[in-house]
Amino acid sequence: MVTFLRILGGLVILGVLALLAFLFVPVQRTAPTAQLPADWTPAPGQGEYVAIASDCVACHTAPDGQPFAGGRAIVSPMGTIWSTNITADKETGIGNWTLDDFRAAMVDGVTPDGTHLYPAMPYENYRLMTEEDIRALYDYLMHELPAVHAAAPKTELTFPFNLRFGIRAWNWLALSHGAGFKPEGRSELEDRGQYLVEGPAHCAACHSPRTRFMSQDGILATDRSFLTGGVIDGWNAPALRGPESAPQKWTLDELATYLATGRNAHSTANGEMGLVVEHSLQYLTDRDNLAIAAFLKGIDGAAVEVPETFAAITGAQPPAEADAAGAETERLLTEASPDMPLGARLYLDNCSACHFVTGKGAPGIFPELQANELVTGSETKPLISIILNGAEVQGTQKRPMNLVMQGYADRLTDGDVAELANFLRTAWGNDAAPVTSADVAKVRAEGVH
Amino acid sequence: MARQEAKKDVVIVGLGWTGSIMGIELAQEGLEIVALERGRDQHTVPEFKYPNQIDELKYGVRFKNMQHPAQQTVTVRRNLDETALPYRNMGSFLPANGVGGAGTHWNGHTWRPQEVEFHLRSYIRDRWGEQIIPEDMTIADYPVSYAELEPFFTQFDKVAGISGYAGNLNGQIREGGNPFEAPRSEDYPMPPHPATYDSAKFGEAARALGYHPFTMPAGIASTAYTNPYGMQMGPCNFCGFCERYGCYQYSKASPQTAILDALKRYPNFSYRTHAEVLRVEKSADGKTATGVTYFDEATQEEVFQPADIVIMSSYQLNNVHLMLVSGIGQPYDPATGEGVTGKNYAYQITGGTTLFFKDEIFNPFVGHGANATVIDDFGMNQNDFGALGFIGGSYLFSGTFNGQPIRSMPLPTGTAAWGAAWKEGIGEWYGHSMTIATHGSVMSYRTHSLDLDPTYTDRHGRPLMRMTYDWNDNELNMEAYLTGQIEKFVDFLKPDAVARGHKLPGAHYDVRPYQSTHNTGGHIMSETPDTGVVNKFSQVWGMHNVFACGAGNFVQNTQYNPTGLVGALAYHTAHAIRTQYLSNPRPLV
Repeated sequence: MVTFLRILGGLVILGVLALLAFLFVPVQRTAPTAQLPADWTPAPGQGEYVAIASDCVACHTAPDGQPFAGGRAIVSPMGTIWSTNITADKETGIGNWTLDDFRAAMVDGVTPDGTHLYPAMPYENYRLMTEEDIRALYDYLMHELPAVHAAAPKTELTFPFNLRFGIRAWNWLALSHGAGFKPEGRSELEDRGQYLVEGPAHCAACHSPRTRFMSQDGILATDRSFLTGGVIDGWNAPALRGPESAPQKWTLDELATYLATGRNAHSTANGEMGLVVEHSLQYLTDRDNLAIAAFLKGIDGAAVEVPETFAAITGAQPPAEADAAGAETERLLTEASPDMPLGARLYLDNCSACHFVTGKGAPGIFPELQANELVTGSETKPLISIILNGAEVQGTQKRPMNLVMQGYADRLTDGDVAELANFLRTAWGNDAAPVTSADVAKVRAEGVH
Repeated sequence: MARQEAKKDVVIVGLGWTGSIMGIELAQEGLEIVALERGRDQHTVPEFKYPNQIDELKYGVRFKNMQHPAQQTVTVRRNLDETALPYRNMGSFLPANGVGGAGTHWNGHTWRPQEVEFHLRSYIRDRWGEQIIPEDMTIADYPVSYAELEPFFTQFDKVAGISGYAGNLNGQIREGGNPFEAPRSEDYPMPPHPATYDSAKFGEAARALGYHPFTMPAGIASTAYTNPYGMQMGPCNFCGFCERYGCYQYSKASPQTAILDALKRYPNFSYRTHAEVLRVEKSADGKTATGVTYFDEATQEEVFQPADIVIMSSYQLNNVHLMLVSGIGQPYDPATGEGVTGKNYAYQITGGTTLFFKDEIFNPFVGHGANATVIDDFGMNQNDFGALGFIGGSYLFSGTFNGQPIRSMPLPTGTAAWGAAWKEGIGEWYGHSMTIATHGSVMSYRTHSLDLDPTYTDRHGRPLMRMTYDWNDNELNMEAYLTGQIEKFVDFLKPDAVARGHKLPGAHYDVRPYQSTHNTGGHIMSETPDTGVVNKFSQVWGMHNVFACGAGNFVQNTQYNPTGLVGALAYHTAHAIRTQYLSNPRPLV
């Protein structure tokens, strides 16, 4: 008995010591992945380009706010996380940070005082960035970007998420991969694509699934689950690989066109992906968008043929005919029998003029509804919201038109929208679970945002 | 004291087709540009959204997309002896209001005039002698040839996104196209549309009668399309709501679908709506413009916008009015034939014969604005003016333009116009008819002109512009001849009933029924400063930093709808400014 109590006491002491160590022993910072000469300076524009490729604006610039001055609310299940000011302002920004401090935030997710960043900051991915890019980005933020004196609201999550030391344990799981980039060596262009996808563009943050601890399941190209699809803020981020992946069926040109313009012969970028195109991808060089597309097309081992250019002016592009899977729906809509289901009738009256009885839409302007994950996804809010409120694909340099689909909230009841959505989710070979009027009512009540 | 805005390199008056073209072409030069638009801003969504926009009563009948007479109108008289009265209810022609201008509510007919139309006076002189030209007919050669404009026609076709099939490709005549058209360097950017039943029936009859039918060139997309600016169109669904409406489907060629979003990306371009230009301001010596003064609707005050270059790109009538109130060019005096500004106002002559077939169903709700099979066998270059006794030409066409029920209820002659008998007639004939129509040239005449009205003023206190216009025997004789040609189709097709709606000999101009918004002339192009307002580059004679775009440049009207030529002239002007004027601002001729 005494022995047992001694052992127990010993364990308790050990546990307390471990906990104290966990709480108070500083986190070891990861060393730079390359030793650059002391006088190394980034090429002109390199840092700004890294900032764009890393889509820092997405979080660190508030709506109508000063660039990189933070203050954007990132809604999470744990509460609202406020993005921080990353301009060089010494009081409210990162003006006092050294390069090592900055690297630690990018690679280890810790601030100079040892505070753990919430992993809304994708340091799981940024830790793969090269030392050159990290330094170029630091240089840009410290020396090129105007410092803005603006204190972002303090993030105050509820218990237990306000105890940031918990993230240290989370990091043990999430950061099992080392820092720095390891190219697969397929080709120079595909390696560049791999780098952008894995590192700065942090595609896995949305397009990889999450573990049950909510860390990314699939961070490296070698991980089996990498880019096999995820869910972000109520949107399905489609699988970018595998036989079920719609984007894998696109040509390399179409894939690059989608990245650079938010639209291609099959689809449009809406929701979160629309923002990625708007803030980041449209500004990448053609070569980088080709590189991303080439890497993704070859990710499962296929040989890729890379075109010289993409999104070249193509003039007339006839709409596609219905395929075998869509033939029955096409017949139903073309016959337009008065006793056809309500959903099909609503489609004819409201949608078919643009998206056609084939469900194939029109290249570059009206997206396909057949096998479109936005239509058939597990997350139904985007589809319902677009029917109710419409959608806008922002113009880009190569495709300047703001493509706006109008909403039908003033024309269709909740029941109508549910019928229409369910028609879409089962037409042309689509096979997705039904939505209800209650689902529609909920989305309608949320309004446009 | 007017408010003054910061000086710009270029001020553009009116943001329709030509304002947008000039805007984007000059924005590419890096110039600081501001466009001033009298009306509201307009986009496909929300302004033109479905189904709100296809409200025939609101937009088709009550003209809510159009210029309201309280904003601006003209007074009209038919001859110098009448007292002109204000055009208080929109009827005969429909100028637009708002961003995109008439380019938002047109039908999409996109033509190039025939080669002979550019040198009409010499063509007549060489073939028949000038003695066949009536004494009061003031036609002249354009100072620019078809060959000079060809690259700019092609450029406009590509930007606007035109569907069609070339009949003359680099001199090679192609079956299925218009064999009488001027040679094109490239085919249309999109294939022609399929034909509706009426259009196909007309085409079959035309072939049987030995004519050369082809599909109307349409500023309506037949496929998805991306233009040279990267702007996009979606294929048309034949809803039949083009003319008088903005297109909800990105299918109709318009500044919105072809240019504006691309233009708005230029940081050196901006535009202000609800800004109505009141006058062009002249320098002390009168040899240049210093900018424009506009009325800011929001602040209810006059604003001076200084600029180095003034582009006048408002509607033809408004352009001429602005010149007259600004003292640009010597005002034309129809009594003496002296002066230039307001000279050679012309219009379009149109008519139609409706054929009724009891047992045939035409589905008149299916169509689009430029849906037609056309023959050009009675066009300008096919007519023997000496033998026929008129100067001019017309194309004949058939095809449902609109599926709009209020205004598309043709009935056989003799059917009651109201009441139970009318209802019975509609029940019997709705959907059982097709129309074969004419679309003919109108020459210029000494008295047909625009000047300032001595009596009536607009809401800003400026005199209204006065239009003097009537039909002449030359055009009425042509219409009679064409009506006779249509009778050959009537005989061939053997309808159960017919209704003829053509202007008869002796007819006078009536501003009430809609005819066409093809008002032309008034600031015509000319070889020399004493015969017109602008030179071949649309540059005002004597005021080298003012350029005037649009159908006001037409020396006389052509047999075709004007937009193709308007677009080509704008690109021609933009090219001249870019390549010749900017490096050394001066008169280019």
